[in-house]
Amino acid sequence: MKSKAPSAPYLLWMAIFTIVPLGLVVYFALTTADGTFTIDNISRVGEYSGVLMHSIWLAAIATFICLVIAYPLAFYISRKPENKQRTLLMLCIIPMWMNFLLRTYAWMTLLEKNGLINRFFALFGMGPFNMINTKGAVVLGMVYNYLPFMILPLYSIMVKIDGRVIEAAQDLGANTYGVFSKVVLPLSMPGIRSGITMVFVPAISTFIISRMLGGGGNIMIGDLIDLQFLGNAYNPNLGAAISLVLMVLILLCMSITNQFDEEMEGMMI
Amino acid sequence: MKRLSKVYFWLVMAFLYMPIFVLIFFSFNESKSRSNFTGFTFDWYRKLFSNRVILDSLKTTLIIAAVSTIIAVIIGTAAAIGINAMNKWLRGVVMNVTYLPVINPEIVTGVSLMLLFVFLRDKIGIPIDFGYPTLILAHITFNVPYVILNVLPKLRQMDRFVYEAALDLGCTPFRAFWKVTLPEIMPGVMSGLLMSFTYSLDDFIISYFNAGPTAQTLPITIYSMTRRKVSPEINALSTIIFAVVILVLVIYNIVDSSKGKKVIGKVVPRL
Repeated sequence: MKSKAPSAPYLLWMAIFTIVPLGLVVYFALTTADGTFTIDNISRVGEYSGVLMHSIWLAAIATFICLVIAYPLAFYISRKPENKQRTLLMLCIIPMWMNFLLRTYAWMTLLEKNGLINRFFALFGMGPFNMINTKGAVVLGMVYNYLPFMILPLYSIMVKIDGRVIEAAQDLGANTYGVFSKVVLPLSMPGIRSGITMVFVPAISTFIISRMLGGGGNIMIGDLIDLQFLGNAYNPNLGAAISLVLMVLILLCMSITNQFDEEMEGMMI
Repeated sequence: MKRLSKVYFWLVMAFLYMPIFVLIFFSFNESKSRSNFTGFTFDWYRKLFSNRVILDSLKTTLIIAAVSTIIAVIIGTAAAIGINAMNKWLRGVVMNVTYLPVINPEIVTGVSLMLLFVFLRDKIGIPIDFGYPTLILAHITFNVPYVILNVLPKLRQMDRFVYEAALDLGCTPFRAFWKVTLPEIMPGVMSGLLMSFTYSLDDFIISYFNAGPTAQTLPITIYSMTRRKVSPEINALSTIIFAVVILVLVIYNIVDSSKGKKVIGKVVPRL
């Protein structure tokens, strides 16, 4: 039990399949196709700053909407008796077990020109609205796919808030808003932070949602990377540079919403 | 207020489930329309089960999930035992690297592994083909951290004196591990195994970059089906997947509640 030896295969594995590949991303980002050093790739990423900003913007909106929807929901679940909490949480999680391609495909069929939603509006003589291939559709797809990622960390923090603390605040004369802003919000801050990371990271790097629901006009960082590696614009060096920029972006986001490690581990137990 | 929050909860549930139910509903539709229900049929299910591409990719998915899960569980459990014996500083370093594939965007993990395989093949000359080998290596890589993260807490909770007592009573270290440590950490190993297996089955992005032209996993097949748009077979497939998910969860909960334990915290989404 006191031996570190059993971890040797993993350490080797980690070196080859985690550290070396990330090193290769950096190496490819800083070289040309024949291997000479260059910073052209990195500076070329600047040409796509529009796509970058678009991705950050859409992911930020989706994260915010997820937070607004999930916060009261998680609080509601966390105040239920324990056996009921379990069932309600399960209900939130089940859709996540469907492959996300199928979930996104479902919205494709709902939003299209003669899809169900437009047929519904037609009953009232409205529409048809142009919903698919818009920014709104991409954000909707993100919110739909990643909402449980926000509910879970919020819930796991809120469930630890002692109900008596809330009652104490009420006894001491706090109104609903006071209880929220002075007690519940500060205590649930770690959950908010990890929820934001858990939604923002996959949202900003997606290329499926933007491709299926956004049409050609809503390219995101993920689409760019995909184009450089498996698409027509084959250029792994540029692709690596974009990946590097994406990683730095996310590291920045993480350093703002730190404490993530402890949260993740806490939830695994 | 109470009533209002209840209504709110069910509204959000409607939002989460409605698209899935629509998908299921139209899997029984006679025509190819996705908004007009013309008549009831099982045709799309029949077509699905005679679709060679889908059946082949299902087989590929299961093989890759099984092989990569078994290897990940072995490497990951051993790693957790070793990490548990490390001093605080070293453990911190190793755990930080372990979190990398968990917190890194999947697309970056996928692309970086693809670069590694290309590099190994073209620059070092190791004959590695895109297909089963690269998929299995990639899946092991993203599964091992989940095994470690599930086993490590169990090791920390464990009373190490029991293991030492076994040694004092004449067990060899291996026997003591087998008889004392392993049964104690088994719940962690099992949830690591389940998580790995489901993530393997479900993974699209990392597989997409490392599959090559020959091996298709089920999510990759689903992706190419959605690109071709109209095919109600995809609805039938969704229905079956949803039914399997519900079935597995129900069984898992019955088995688990009979032991009186909570599982909910373990169902943590992957980033």
